[in-house]
Amino acid sequence: MSGPRTLFDKLWDAHLVAPESADTPAILYIDLHLVHEVTSPQAFDELRARGLSVRRPERTLATLDHSTPTLPPGPDGERPYASAEAKAQVAQLEANCRAFGIELHGWDSAERGIVHVIGPELGATQPGMTIVCGDSHTSTHGAFGALAFGIGTTEVGHVLATQCLLQRKPRTLAIHVDGALPPGVGAKDLILHIIGRIGVDGGTGHVIEYRGAAIEALSMEERMTVCNMSIEAGARAGLIAPDETTFAWLKGRPRAPQGAAWERAVARWRALRADEGARYDREVRIDAREVRPTVTYGTHPGMAIAIDAPVPAARNLPERRALDYMKSEAGKPMQGTPVDVVFVGSCTNSRLPDLREAAAVLRGRRVAEGVRMLVVPGSEAVRRAAEAEGLHEVFRAAGAEWRVPGCSMCIAMNGDLAQPGQLVVSTSNRNFEGRQGKGARTVLASPATAAASAVAGRIADPREFLAEAAA
Amino acid sequence: MQPITRIHSRTAVLSDENIDTDRIIPARFLTTTTREGLGRLCFHDWRYLPEGGDNPAFPLNKPEAKGCAIVVAGRNFGCGSSREHAPWALLDFGLRAVLCSEIADIFRNNALKNGLLAIVIDEAEHRWLLEHPGIELAIDVAGQYVELPDGGRIGFRLEPFARHCLLHGVDQLGFLRQHEDAIAAFEARFERAA
Ligand code: SF4
Repeated sequence: MSGPRTLFDKLWDAHLVAPESADTPAILYIDLHLVHEVTSPQAFDELRARGLSVRRPERTLATLDHSTPTLPPGPDGERPYASAEAKAQVAQLEANCRAFGIELHGWDSAERGIVHVIGPELGATQPGMTIVCGDSHTSTHGAFGALAFGIGTTEVGHVLATQCLLQRKPRTLAIHVDGALPPGVGAKDLILHIIGRIGVDGGTGHVIEYRGAAIEALSMEERMTVCNMSIEAGARAGLIAPDETTFAWLKGRPRAPQGAAWERAVARWRALRADEGARYDREVRIDAREVRPTVTYGTHPGMAIAIDAPVPAARNLPERRALDYMKSEAGKPMQGTPVDVVFVGSCTNSRLPDLREAAAVLRGRRVAEGVRMLVVPGSEAVRRAAEAEGLHEVFRAAGAEWRVPGCSMCIAMNGDLAQPGQLVVSTSNRNFEGRQGKGARTVLASPATAAASAVAGRIADPREFLAEAAA
Repeated sequence: MQPITRIHSRTAVLSDENIDTDRIIPARFLTTTTREGLGRLCFHDWRYLPEGGDNPAFPLNKPEAKGCAIVVAGRNFGCGSSREHAPWALLDFGLRAVLCSEIADIFRNNALKNGLLAIVIDEAEHRWLLEHPGIELAIDVAGQYVELPDGGRIGFRLEPFARHCLLHGVDQLGFLRQHEDAIAAFEARFERAA
């Protein structure tokens, strides 16, 4: 039992309230529970029906993000909710947080934002933790070396009431990324490339540990982009061992340990890496040098290729249907496809460096005639920082809309959506049929590719624009 | 949850691979704050025509699929969003079981917690069932097998605790709460270490 352990093994072992047996799953302790308005109301109702309280309200953090409008209140002070239900859902989380004593980053908070953006920003997300949320992209927090995964609403109730979950130990998959990413190629391209390689079910039943030189070279924001999309490969979670980059990013954040406690925490966190010789159930090697700007051409994130590579022919009926739905043509690259809408945002790519990346392409240029572009910062903190640098002016001058933080067109449940048939180049994480509006066609891409496509009016390689800017 | 021991039904087939939870219930319906009444929204954008009315191309709209409680679905069913609204909608729509060679983790977990049998079977048998829609099956939870009309059996394995909970209608939150002492002891240990 005490042989070399993976990072996952260490996190798992440290949170066992009771180990698993043949008959029962392990009872796993949860350090941080993130809550939002969509997947929590039924769980709070369950607590109420049983007369239970929230066991550790201080380990619970709530925000409003999914159903929230991204336009400011009108002259009457009313927020433009998509429906009465959306408004009621938000009001219900506000009421639940008041009733159960949970800290809510609501409309009046200067820190409100997408749940997976604000957790790290506040320093609530820390190495070594277990973190859950009723949201599959909880995998984002794995960038800090925390075991973080999405759960359903029934389990949200379990964690609220007991701070624990019943879990079977997943298997482990190591993805080694060697070499360095070429210039103009980023974390989003890398993760799309990886999912294209291993498939949308390539990680099912596994926790992924991303390792290797290319991973260590990534900033925290880039690591979050990579871990965020682990779920798109079917994985339970994605993990990156914490290092100096992690510690420097977290230091001084409001919920991070301070003073002597910080020093003690960092000393503990340094041990959070796989031991020499640790064994994984599976291993995959990726060469970062091969990655090019990558986009999707079908209706799931595994249908991803380099922007200038020909769309592969359909091998079966579902793939045929996907190409038909997307109007993607086998044998032709995605580059050059006319674009209707461009969305920069979502918990995958709505942080300050993502917005800078898009702005670098847009500066001094204009969004093409007939293209609508939405830029939605991930949080109020990102919005403030972007505005302090004048990024909002760059977006506005280019003809893009600068919005209030939220999930927006990533899930299109707040009224921000594309029309049937429209092609959206999106920095979000899911290109499922109808995800961005009924009949809308989604092409996933990096912020740079999204911005380049907005300017060109067609799917465009950002390296051309960045080369020009540098010249 | 009511105990579930055995389910009988004809099968309907949804052969698409990677049917994600956005397809099972589109996100715009997630503003609900209850679990009830989601059946009419199940598979909404696939099941209804844009101009209204049933889409004849949606497999579960076919007359022979009416009343089927067992669906045989293409590989990697339930991928994508963790929304438990997906199993709630499927159950309210009248389904009791999904058979597949691979089911996405969070969906499978959510389904079993709600008494929707999300069952993984071998690829060869899965392929055979996909190619033979409309056959009568019985799913036996205790015995962990699917019984074919000719008496043949397809074995499967449920996670033992999930199976126990299905068979006895165990309340999992109640089960967790019985471990209060262990949880409190863990917290005490843990907070000392920090
Ligand atoms: S931005 Fe998109 S993926 Fe992220 S939490 Fe919101 S809806 Fe989910």
